[in-house]
Amino acid sequence: MADDPQSRFEIVAREDFSDATYLLEVRHPLMARAARPGQFVIVMSHEHGERIPLTIADYDREEGTITLVIQAVGKSTREMQQTCTVGTHLYGMVGPMGMPSPLGKAKKVLCVGGGLGVAPIYPQMKGFKEAGAYVIAVIGFRTKSLVFWQEKFEACCDELILCTDDGSAGVEGRVTTGMELAIAKHPDIDECVAIGPPIMMKGAAEVTRPHGIKTMVSLNPVMIDGTGMCGGCRVKVGDTVKFACVDGPDFDGHKVDFDDLMARLGRFSSQEKAAMKRWSDECRMAKPVSPAGGKE
Amino acid sequence: MARKKTIRTIPQERTPVSEQDPKERVTNFEEVSHRYSQEDALLESDRCLMCPEQPCVAGCPVGINIPGFIQKINDKDYRGAYDVITATNLLPAICGRVCPQETQCEGVCTVGDTLEPVAIGRLERFVGDMAINAGWANVPYIEPVPFRIGIVGAGPAGMACAADMAKAGCEVTVYEAFHQSGGVLRYGIPEFRLPNPVIDAEMGNLEKLGVTFECNTLVGRLFSIEQMIDELGFHAVFIGTGAGYPSMLGVPGDSLNGVLSANELLTRCNLMHAREFPNYDTPMPPARRVAVVGAGNTAMDAMRVCLRLGAEEVYCVYRRSRIEAPARAEEVHHAEEEGVRFKWLTNPVEVLGDDEGGVRAMRCVRMELGEPDDSGRRRPVPVAGSEHDIEVDLVVVAIGTNANPIIGQTSKLALNKWGYIEADEHLATSMPGVFAGGDIVTGAATVIEAMGAGRKAARSMKHYLGIRDVDAPYFVDGADTLFGIDLRERNFVRVRVPA
Repeated sequence: MADDPQSRFEIVAREDFSDATYLLEVRHPLMARAARPGQFVIVMSHEHGERIPLTIADYDREEGTITLVIQAVGKSTREMQQTCTVGTHLYGMVGPMGMPSPLGKAKKVLCVGGGLGVAPIYPQMKGFKEAGAYVIAVIGFRTKSLVFWQEKFEACCDELILCTDDGSAGVEGRVTTGMELAIAKHPDIDECVAIGPPIMMKGAAEVTRPHGIKTMVSLNPVMIDGTGMCGGCRVKVGDTVKFACVDGPDFDGHKVDFDDLMARLGRFSSQEKAAMKRWSDECRMAKPVSPAGGKE
Repeated sequence: MARKKTIRTIPQERTPVSEQDPKERVTNFEEVSHRYSQEDALLESDRCLMCPEQPCVAGCPVGINIPGFIQKINDKDYRGAYDVITATNLLPAICGRVCPQETQCEGVCTVGDTLEPVAIGRLERFVGDMAINAGWANVPYIEPVPFRIGIVGAGPAGMACAADMAKAGCEVTVYEAFHQSGGVLRYGIPEFRLPNPVIDAEMGNLEKLGVTFECNTLVGRLFSIEQMIDELGFHAVFIGTGAGYPSMLGVPGDSLNGVLSANELLTRCNLMHAREFPNYDTPMPPARRVAVVGAGNTAMDAMRVCLRLGAEEVYCVYRRSRIEAPARAEEVHHAEEEGVRFKWLTNPVEVLGDDEGGVRAMRCVRMELGEPDDSGRRRPVPVAGSEHDIEVDLVVVAIGTNANPIIGQTSKLALNKWGYIEADEHLATSMPGVFAGGDIVTGAATVIEAMGAGRKAARSMKHYLGIRDVDAPYFVDGADTLFGIDLRERNFVRVRVPA
């Protein structure tokens, strides 16, 4: 593996699920070999970029690729949406980071993914399936047009419950509605994994709590190094403070302090807004000059 | 032959070095201390007595022939001075800037018994900077040996080990988790103390020795230490991952958004260039009034960074007194000059939040010094009824670090009870062929101590591989030759001992 940045982290495939959500397949054979469900990477799209933690959505050991699903929410992820085309390279991608999810003994598992969380729940679901568990997946989106990977899930899990907030596809309601249905049908579910926005994971943990179902959630706080060095990603779990990057990112959802997590996710919201505004202003300015470079 | 110098005949005053005016420098990230001019360096080199005891050499963790290079400066043979230094230390411009000389070479200098010690650090930096400006690099003739060495962590320990193993003819690969090499030199030490071009230049010298750097590589997770030996074909591995895992305050309000570790603040500012936001994408937390908890070098760096980013008020809150502060005296002095307000014998008990999850103030108690504790320092104890609030919007925690868990999580290496890697006096770990040194073994220490550990591990590694080590002549008592080999030669001679 040469240390030539031009030859590394090549984007070999891309798929756009909606105008905000896109998938990148990045070549990194060593990482594809090492990756386990639940782990994440940190990417930098260019030299001036920030370090963005992204949960690994899939990996292909034969092809030597890592799959990432990204939602264009801030300046960096929108910029990547424009620049990360097939054949281009990321400036940096390091990982797999974090502790692999502890898959194992559970016989019947509920895998819950909300929005972008649908992507990272996939490898966990696959992992449970390979370990011999009966897997019920609940995936939720705002509306039908945002749905992705439905077939991929159907091909892998034993039962799939699709939820949309507006009822345009599957069950009307949030993932918690789907979870209630699943639990009503399968009182013997012995583990639940939920990944999505913090508010969704909080809701999911509350659904399982009265049933005493062990529930793991994957946390996504602000990070820099991802190696335990900065402490920016610290989260409250029970009475202890943990670093999501090296102690997690998976934690017991019944112990996580989600309010603390959500407050901490807003740490840089004013700076993020400023960066976003500046960037979109620049894009507007740049558009007439380079019509070929713009998106359709 | 030079005339015999005595303490009475040498220049009595230490040659001063010019510095950026404190008022000016808090507005920029330019270097604080300027370097010696040639005249300054010549004058200061005259102050070395060339005493036979050479306590400075023993005081240097890597054993630089200090009188040797000072003599070369005195002879105006600057290239020769560079050659003497680089026989033991490839990074003079870095070490001249960041070593705590007052507790090492200068702390034991014979001149220092009577007068101010010789300004060894400034002279080393003078030589290092001259080498960078002139483009000097000492690339010795290297006879290849059939060994591959893997180094984990491109910080000071790893770099020192890499340099020695490359000079011994090994094929050396250094793995770094960040996207740039340098470790704490890059992410931790701010540019006004150690400019990036200086790091680049001296790292470049390592590349000239044939060392390969692989950034974006998290050893332990991408591949394990065991895999490096069993699958990736490394004959020996050195682990120099540094300290990590910053301690937080452990008081109420610890997780408020205005509380962060010094590591995070410094990494944002230095490595990620957050001070140039939004030209760089990484933001900096807003900081109008800042309390930095702790009084080590990291704390001083954090305070001085905050001042440069425009903070109006920066406090240093430390539970002991100035005498116990672990920072270099010069750093405390510089911070004070720049307007840091020191609150000695003060300890935080709570961080108070505002309505938006930010910080409004830090509640502290005054402390007084009681009986000495295990560290020999007097234990600070709270003074009853001394609670008071310091109004701040950012709290930076610089009270030390714990062991980084990644290597422990991913290998079978023996750790001690604090989670640091267990290594014997030769820095060998519990796994054959695997050595470790620097902060991940000792806990937080200095750059040069880490480099010393890297060099020591390299000696052990050569021994382990059967490469005869003759590149450390200054550890041999007074001898210029060893087994008939001239140790003063710049090129390293080595003999592979058949297994």
